[in-house]
Amino acid sequence: MSTVAVHSLWTTAVDPISKFQAPKIEYAQLSPTLIVIGAALVGVLIEAFVPRKSRYHAQVFVSVVALAAAFAAVVALASGGYGTTKAHIAAMGALAVDGPALFLQGTILLAGLFGVFTFAERRLDPAAHGNRVDSFAAQAASVPGSDSEKAAVKAGFTTTEAFPLLLFAVGGMLVFPSANDLLTLFVALEVFSLPLYLLCALARRKRLMSQEAAVKYFLLGAFASAFTLFGIALLYGYAGSVSYATIAQVVDGTVTNVDPALANTMGNDVLLLIGAAMIVMGLLFKVGAVPFHMWTPDVYQGAPTPVTGFMAAATKVAAFGALLRLLYVVLPGLRWDWRPVMWAVAIVTMLGGAIVAITQTDIKRLLAYSSIAHAGFILAGVIATTRSGVSSVLFYLAAYSFVTIGAFAVVTLVRDAGGEATHLSKWAGLGRRSPLVAAVFAVFLLAFAGIPLTSGFAGKFAVFKAAAEGGAIPLVVIGVISSAVAAFFYIRVIVLMFFSEPNPEGPTVAVPSPLTLTAIGAGVAVTLVLGVAPQYFLNLASQASVFVR
Amino acid sequence: MENLIALLIAAPLLGAAVLLCGGRRLDAVGHWLGTFLAGASFVLGAVLFTDMLGKAADARTVTQHLFSWIPVAGFQADVTFRLDQLSMTFVLLITGVGSLIHLYSIGYMEHDERRRRFFGYLNLFLAAMLLLVLADNYLLLYVGWEGVGLASYLLIGFWQHKPSAATAAKKAFLVNRVGDMGLSIAIMLMFTTFGTFAFGPVLDSADKVGEGRLTAIGLMLLLAACGKSAQVPLQSWLGDAMEGPTPVSALIHAATMVTAGVYLIVRSGAIFNAAPDAQLVVTVVGAVTLLFGAIVGCAKDDIKKALAGSTMSQIGYMVLAAGLGPIGYVFAIMHLVTHGFFKAGLFLGAGSVMHGMNDEVDMRRYGGLRTYMPVTFVTFGLGYLAIVGFPGLSGFFSKDKIIEAAFAKGGTEGWILGGAALLGAAITAYYMTRVMIMTFFGEKRWQPDEQGNEPHPHESPGVMTIPMIVLAVGSVFAGGFFSLGDRFLHWLEPVTGHAEGNSPVSAMTVTAATLVLLVVGAGIAYVQYGRRPVPAVAPRGSLLTRVARRDLLQDDFNHVVLVRGGEHLTRSLVYVDHTLVDGVVNGTAASVGGLSGRLRRLQNGFARSYAVSMFGGAAVLVALTLLMRAV
Repeated sequence: MSTVAVHSLWTTAVDPISKFQAPKIEYAQLSPTLIVIGAALVGVLIEAFVPRKSRYHAQVFVSVVALAAAFAAVVALASGGYGTTKAHIAAMGALAVDGPALFLQGTILLAGLFGVFTFAERRLDPAAHGNRVDSFAAQAASVPGSDSEKAAVKAGFTTTEAFPLLLFAVGGMLVFPSANDLLTLFVALEVFSLPLYLLCALARRKRLMSQEAAVKYFLLGAFASAFTLFGIALLYGYAGSVSYATIAQVVDGTVTNVDPALANTMGNDVLLLIGAAMIVMGLLFKVGAVPFHMWTPDVYQGAPTPVTGFMAAATKVAAFGALLRLLYVVLPGLRWDWRPVMWAVAIVTMLGGAIVAITQTDIKRLLAYSSIAHAGFILAGVIATTRSGVSSVLFYLAAYSFVTIGAFAVVTLVRDAGGEATHLSKWAGLGRRSPLVAAVFAVFLLAFAGIPLTSGFAGKFAVFKAAAEGGAIPLVVIGVISSAVAAFFYIRVIVLMFFSEPNPEGPTVAVPSPLTLTAIGAGVAVTLVLGVAPQYFLNLASQASVFVR
Repeated sequence: MENLIALLIAAPLLGAAVLLCGGRRLDAVGHWLGTFLAGASFVLGAVLFTDMLGKAADARTVTQHLFSWIPVAGFQADVTFRLDQLSMTFVLLITGVGSLIHLYSIGYMEHDERRRRFFGYLNLFLAAMLLLVLADNYLLLYVGWEGVGLASYLLIGFWQHKPSAATAAKKAFLVNRVGDMGLSIAIMLMFTTFGTFAFGPVLDSADKVGEGRLTAIGLMLLLAACGKSAQVPLQSWLGDAMEGPTPVSALIHAATMVTAGVYLIVRSGAIFNAAPDAQLVVTVVGAVTLLFGAIVGCAKDDIKKALAGSTMSQIGYMVLAAGLGPIGYVFAIMHLVTHGFFKAGLFLGAGSVMHGMNDEVDMRRYGGLRTYMPVTFVTFGLGYLAIVGFPGLSGFFSKDKIIEAAFAKGGTEGWILGGAALLGAAITAYYMTRVMIMTFFGEKRWQPDEQGNEPHPHESPGVMTIPMIVLAVGSVFAGGFFSLGDRFLHWLEPVTGHAEGNSPVSAMTVTAATLVLLVVGAGIAYVQYGRRPVPAVAPRGSLLTRVARRDLLQDDFNHVVLVRGGEHLTRSLVYVDHTLVDGVVNGTAASVGGLSGRLRRLQNGFARSYAVSMFGGAAVLVALTLLMRAV
């Protein structure tokens, strides 16, 4: 045993200056993320130092300004050519600045912006002791039903921490689809997941249900993260690197110099296949694909509805972005292995989501299963492995996020004495009493169902077209069948709203502030514009559909 | 000059729009406005006609491109008008006779409170018909074709408060739809065959295409023509269409609508020339219809229905001629024009009689009217002489040419067709003499109606008699004018082409035979109705008479075969829909719902079950990935 058991770090003196190089960071190109993270930190400081009664306004102001500024930065970068000709790898290989990244970041930022609008809504819940309140718990730390909770409610507290939490989540989501090495990917995953777990627990009403949802989400999320992390380890063992580009080269066989420390594992395809499958599984958990979807209905139902809307839209965008980059940049050489598997996942996801949704009786659970089915449809576009597959997924995600935020925003409006009235029976005859709200919801449902002249149709058409061109005709057939099944429960809600007798003790429709109205209005406008004249946005998505390698 | 073509259509179209949208404030002047615009269109047509006469015979075709209608890569439809000798003939007929009918309607519809609307519809009818004959491609022609169908529906059912009128309008519309299907299929076939449906390219290259294709197109065009021109087997709507006001009947029968089918066949001559089988079917349809209509005309006591049978028969002559190919095209159109004069005159005369007889239509209640309405008697009489082919009058020249041409087709076919045409001429003489005698001669047979109102036969006002006089002049002289020096032949030949047939019998023989048959037919009618008193109630009559009174069982046939058959088909389809289709659909829905209920139980709310599901999923995912590599 004369071999060195001590790492060379302990035995070799390091030349302190010449070996260490300062990382080169392109701050301007990373500005969207930096702005959002910076604003989140400012939000924490606000919580610490600003008087309680001013915090709400300060937080909303900071969040809106930061998200708008970040979106402006994304637009500036895109128009500066960073999405196309000047696309490159920034931050020492950690982050990609390219078309898909910028497109998805823009989508996430808009989802975040309209998410903030719904977070900030304070006219729906009846004022508690003269204080206007939003959807969040008075004091998240107090035990539900306890005296401390009652005192917090009486004092008019609100959980304004929700805003910096949202900003942190958005920050992580911005990094997620542009992450260009596996460690950055994992860090981003945790950065946006942890705030979401917290946000899920913050409901003002039905707090136990909300906390249960948060715990489930956290436990299962941690479980999925463990898989991802293990997969990353296996891939490192296979390639000797966590960099996307290097792994891709090893997969292609263009890099052969073996790290002596990894001589036993490098180039072992079993490690590659298992590792890749496990990372993909972590991402499928985030998008809510069957069989990793089971958290979705419970969490969507338990979380405060504005959080559900934001999460359903933005998480899906970020996770699909990361999945696209992983499959298209790291594993294109492996596509004959992962495509059949993804076929299977897409099929069970489309069918599972659509079929189980039929028997749902709660509108939030219904939308949760709907989101599962939509994950399946998007997966069909991912599987195309063509440029049009990427652009169709980008378009679908943009269209879907606006519909989702708008739909959940409408759900917040329909209320009875116990808060939001989410049981479907209470929505009967809504169209007779509140024709406008019901009509707007009907537009969103039609978009979910993919009826022409809505964005849902354009998106579905694009992904199915890409999938068919990619040779996945059976997948398209099953997708269309699932759409038909899904149309049943969407239309059933419309029938329920417009053709049923209103329940005399049914819910009332609250009149929201301009904030929620903006979110809903933007949802309707985008849904119709993308439905009637999708070409400009399809072209935009098409221009943004090339990954930098 | 060709820029004026669109105005031909625009004038009546404007009239229709103004009159139908203008509301009650136009009630006082609406009829004059409508008549003026129809007349303006005629004047414009006359101007274009004189301009056309000034050009060389082969340089008279002008087109006007208005705009591109449906520009799609390989599918170009333009709104382009074509004015050549053929369409010019129709323009003058439609606007000329149409204007006279407008004028007449001012008097006829005087007491109708919806007169303004009536004139709006008349204008619409003219505009649609003009579009039909001026279109430079089949698709635009189809627009006019459908417009004519719509206008005829509106006008036949103008007195919609009468259930019989509403039913008749619906019947006309439905029967016409069958023909319209033929036209649309023909246009589709043209597009797949020629890649276009513009007249020029289609007709120029017609002889370069397989004959089977052309036969199919020709038969579909014939089906369309049968619908609009009331030819067997789509003739059943024409008799019921008499429910419309009499000027409408005159318009439909003389100037518009029924002539559209003849126009379509003559215009598509190049297609038929290259498809002899289709041509043969056209002649058969024409020959059958000319006898069919004539027999029906013999049995009717309703003056308008007798005339309707006559129209069917005369159009049959035209279709027969058109089916003969280049030896017949010119004569088909010539007969169409002369028929336009005398049939319009006859209908307007019939309307004048009805006007004076409290809208009585049963000829058995007429009799001896010549002294009460002398102008009507004279003009109707001249129309009568023209239609039976009295020597020197219009019908003599035009019908004689068709009979000659039928013989000239040669062979057995020529003998059969010529014989049918000759027989038709005899029957025509019979039924028209019958109408003439029952209406204007013999004893007065009218009686008070249920309310006790005794009819007071009187001559119609000038606004009605003047058009009748003008048309009578046309009935007398048009044929001779056209035939002397073969004027009409030279006029139309550059468009339709012309060939002299090889008749086995000389023209003199045909003329002599026609005249003999004319005398025989008229003589029998005189013996039956002139020498004996006409019973006020129709006798039972022979089997043939009774069958002819029922329009040769056309409606019974349609009812038994088409209506009953359709009902059976519908019932069986409904049965299949209810049991098979609904069964499959509902079964699928139920099974999906059941599956949903079962899958739902997997979602039990326990995080541990969810984790197991994820773990299992991950295991399957990894296993599948490895398996994919292994196979």
